[in-house]
Amino acid sequence: MSIFERSFEQCQELIADLSFKRVHRWKDQHPDSRVIGYFPVYAPVEIIHAAGMLPVGLSGGGDRMDIQYADARFGSFICSIVKTTMEMGMREHLKIFDGILFSSICDSARNLCFVMKRNFPDLYVDFLHLPHNPSSAASVDFLTSEYHRLIKELERIGGKPITEAGLLQAISLYNRNRQLIRSLYTFRAQKPHLLRAWESYVLIRAGHFMAVEEHNSLLEESLEQLSRRSGKPRDSIRVVVEGAFCEQPPLDLIKLVEDAGCYLVDDDFVIGRSWFVEDVAVIGDPLHALADSYINRAVYSSVRHDFRAPRWEGLADKVKRSRADAVLFLIAKFCEPAYFDYVLFKKKLEELSVPHLLLEFEEKQFTFDRVRTEVETFVESLVFD
Amino acid sequence: MGEAKHTEYRGSVHQRQKELMLKWYERLNEAAETGTPPTASLMISGNCVELLEAFGAVPIYPEVNALQLAIRHQSLEPILAAEEIGYAPDNCAYVKADIGCYLKGITPTGGKLPKPDLVLCNFVGCNTYVKWFEHTAVLTGSKLYVLDVPFLREEDPSQADIDYVVRQLKELVVLLEQITRKKFDYDRFVKAVRYSAQVEDLWSQIKHLARRSPSPFDAYFDAITLMGPLYVYRATPEGVEFFRAALEEMQAKVANGQGVYDQEKFRLVIEGPPPYPYFRTFRDMFAKWKACTVASTYSTVGGLWEFGARHDPDHPFESVALHMLSQNVTNRNYLQRYEQIRRYIEEWNADGLIIHFVKSCRLFSAGQGDMRDYVTKKLGIPTLYIESDLEDPRYFAEAQTRNRVDAFFEALEHSKLTATAV
Repeated sequence: MSIFERSFEQCQELIADLSFKRVHRWKDQHPDSRVIGYFPVYAPVEIIHAAGMLPVGLSGGGDRMDIQYADARFGSFICSIVKTTMEMGMREHLKIFDGILFSSICDSARNLCFVMKRNFPDLYVDFLHLPHNPSSAASVDFLTSEYHRLIKELERIGGKPITEAGLLQAISLYNRNRQLIRSLYTFRAQKPHLLRAWESYVLIRAGHFMAVEEHNSLLEESLEQLSRRSGKPRDSIRVVVEGAFCEQPPLDLIKLVEDAGCYLVDDDFVIGRSWFVEDVAVIGDPLHALADSYINRAVYSSVRHDFRAPRWEGLADKVKRSRADAVLFLIAKFCEPAYFDYVLFKKKLEELSVPHLLLEFEEKQFTFDRVRTEVETFVESLVFD
Repeated sequence: MGEAKHTEYRGSVHQRQKELMLKWYERLNEAAETGTPPTASLMISGNCVELLEAFGAVPIYPEVNALQLAIRHQSLEPILAAEEIGYAPDNCAYVKADIGCYLKGITPTGGKLPKPDLVLCNFVGCNTYVKWFEHTAVLTGSKLYVLDVPFLREEDPSQADIDYVVRQLKELVVLLEQITRKKFDYDRFVKAVRYSAQVEDLWSQIKHLARRSPSPFDAYFDAITLMGPLYVYRATPEGVEFFRAALEEMQAKVANGQGVYDQEKFRLVIEGPPPYPYFRTFRDMFAKWKACTVASTYSTVGGLWEFGARHDPDHPFESVALHMLSQNVTNRNYLQRYEQIRRYIEEWNADGLIIHFVKSCRLFSAGQGDMRDYVTKKLGIPTLYIESDLEDPRYFAEAQTRNRVDAFFEALEHSKLTATAV
């Protein structure tokens, strides 16, 4: 196995590591700095970076976390990422973190924020209100003020002032990061036989646990290596995955879908890492630029409401752009935003005669026989149509 | 225990409540048939109905329609209709019932409901609100405006939060002028805000009467009866007249020493919405034990006024903004709800807390296990945790719920007896 091939294995290990060894290593190297986790989907990581802190994306406990305590706090009908995140806290996996940020994505995650605040009083736990009325002229100003509030909090716990120069530098670094991720997606859409979805997924998600500079190097190197990769096209249909923007499906499920005859030519896995469709401006007031990008130049998502540009049109564009044959809805059990959007997405796809299949998943899922049969049947129905 | 008892407040206010709600549906029917008055769909919690009032527009409350259907055992058919077009079992059943009614042409009274001139989503904490109204706008083809209210993530709203909401309220004024083709009547707006303040004051006084023992009304089950007029008529003289009469009736009951029960045995706080499809059955489970609710978080969805907050006609826009930001239970954070419950238990002198986990509503329910942990361990108050739904009859397990309620009161009775003996 080449060094390049091994990097996928390493990224896979990294995202499965619930002890956050990589983050511990960073903290050992930066003993005076802080680590700020953020619950999906989006967080203004540039601000955390400019504070000299490490932003770490949290994505639940995956399939390696048994729930012993969190069920008693969150009861029935609540998605697993909420419970496994609470469980990680209760079993002291989150000790390395100095703070955790949440935002206005759904009611369960919002309540989790405040439950964690009570249960972990030594942790800085904050909630960012990300606007849902982008058509209002007031929304950019409001979000800018929300970012100022975050800066005050980070300065309080970090003790270091956040400068405009630091923010602009962070924006540049993350612009680069998003460009590289976009390149990876473009490569995959063009040559899906040369880059599996699970491979690009682990490469991108690995960025949750390392400094952005390191992640940029990893992505640059990967793109370079990919340009030399060769392989034969498989007999697969082109599929867009929608609905897995927060809780992440088991890696084995992503692999299974590919093995069952699908090229995943686009998806919304860990979508927060490629949140903006264009670079954030690196001139002028950086906080205003970040807020303006959130309001006016963000990807469509089930947790961001922009009534100027309906999300179902966003999905239709994505299908068209990626020349997809079908859409696979991969929705976490009990995920209300995804299930609500499913109705309007489905309506739009049916208007466009785009086939679609709904699959429900949980973080801790080990048997995929039924799913495999469903996907295979779906693929066959399209291939032999 | 003796046989199950029914009890319910059935004074003249109860009759007046029915008349007012029917009148509201008649006005909506008139709007459907003639195009006037103008109407706007609105969410109950933390809303800005005073602005609609300034334009003579009538609110349509899908939540009220949904609960009316459930309480009349008619919610399952529309829920199933919504599920047929793709809504999931895990989606809020209020939404499904409302969408299903639209699809099947069902209304709570059999009259017509108008196509709203505006779908006005006051987003106050409940993320489902945004999805719900977006879907309503798609289905009806009506114009959508989402008024984004920052969640109360600190103890009080910041000036930036207030400014943001006020700016949107002013944008909304322009939009309402376009839709209704009427000029904004500022004086009428101020008057509406004044009526709201009066209603809030009266409602708050009524709630404080429940601090007496015996309480003259049940602050969960009877409060729900009073909540219809509270939502529909808050900013109107009818609202003031209704709540003045309600207060007088309750005061007369207090003066006569009349309580909900001849002997009030337990005083409760209830958290969470009720199981509307089994409202009567659920109520009787508590009546059997002569357990009176003295305070409830659900009755503060429309507004949290018992701790002193009011609309302010001297600062109408700012006070409407403050109401949306911080004076309703849904936009307040979870720990503020714990504090609200703590105050109820202590100041309303309650013996126990009932947590009704509602499958549909994660805003209320996600984390209620932690709430129970706080109330039992930190406050030392007995707590019963039960699960069902506010709209979907398929999630109410009657025998199991009854057993849990009975077991809770048996234990509570025992601990009261033991405490007395000591």
